[in-house]
Amino acid sequence: MTSAPAPVELERPDIGEDLRSDRPWITIVWNDPINTMTYVTYVFQKVFGYSKPKAEKLMLDVHHKGRAVVANGSREEMERHVEVLHSYGLWATVKRDD
Amino acid sequence: MTEGVVLRLEPQEAHLLRLLMEQMLELLGDAPAEDDLTAFGIASSAKTPSDPVLLRLFPDGYSGDDEASGEFRRYTELGLREGKREAARTILETLDEAQEHADGPLLALALDGDRAEAWLRALNDVRLVLGTRLDIDEDWYRQAGKLTPDDPRTPLFAAYELLTMMLEELVDALG
Repeated sequence: MTSAPAPVELERPDIGEDLRSDRPWITIVWNDPINTMTYVTYVFQKVFGYSKPKAEKLMLDVHHKGRAVVANGSREEMERHVEVLHSYGLWATVKRDD
Repeated sequence: MTEGVVLRLEPQEAHLLRLLMEQMLELLGDAPAEDDLTAFGIASSAKTPSDPVLLRLFPDGYSGDDEASGEFRRYTELGLREGKREAARTILETLDEAQEHADGPLLALALDGDRAEAWLRALNDVRLVLGTRLDIDEDWYRQAGKLTPDDPRTPLFAAYELLTMMLEELVDALG
């Protein structure tokens, strides 16, 4: 440990959520026992324009790990993605990436 | 990716599909009376559904954040509900048209790209409803073999299986 004097704690300004909107947000898809593997793969291709191999890899991630991050970007974009995924019946949520 | 598909249905399959879509429309309810907000697809308030089936159709947009989920729901649920109603109605329309032009008991349904998409979503929505009612989980298939003919879940599961088969056929043709 260093013996240098302890740094002065500066009070952090309270940055409002809106000002932090450059921080990426993510779209998470959760595993569920009803949606079939081929359907989930199809939805990833259709919604995100992913190639079949990429869509399949994501689908398998969801299947084996219980969830997967399928997109990232602004909060508004992620909310739009989640809305579209809900229209296909996938179980998806928005989250701040941390 | 979406060129169009032809789906062939037995009369009893078409009949079952019709019943399921009518029930789906009942479950989804009518669109709310239009006011300044709903005209833009925004609800004045939106509660998390207590019925697990509705919660599965309209899940929270955020995990563990009720406030953000509530706002997300307020802005999206009316539109999502309308989309699901439209998809179910598309299936009914397709069946009506095919029945009008049918020259035998077997129905041949020609679906263009948009219709095929609506079919996919509506078939899957009903699978979500049936699957949630049946409480289907990862272990389900181990007990499904033991369902007896007089078990009330047996016809529901048969419908679920039929929809799964049709969905897989459609995905296969579109993907």
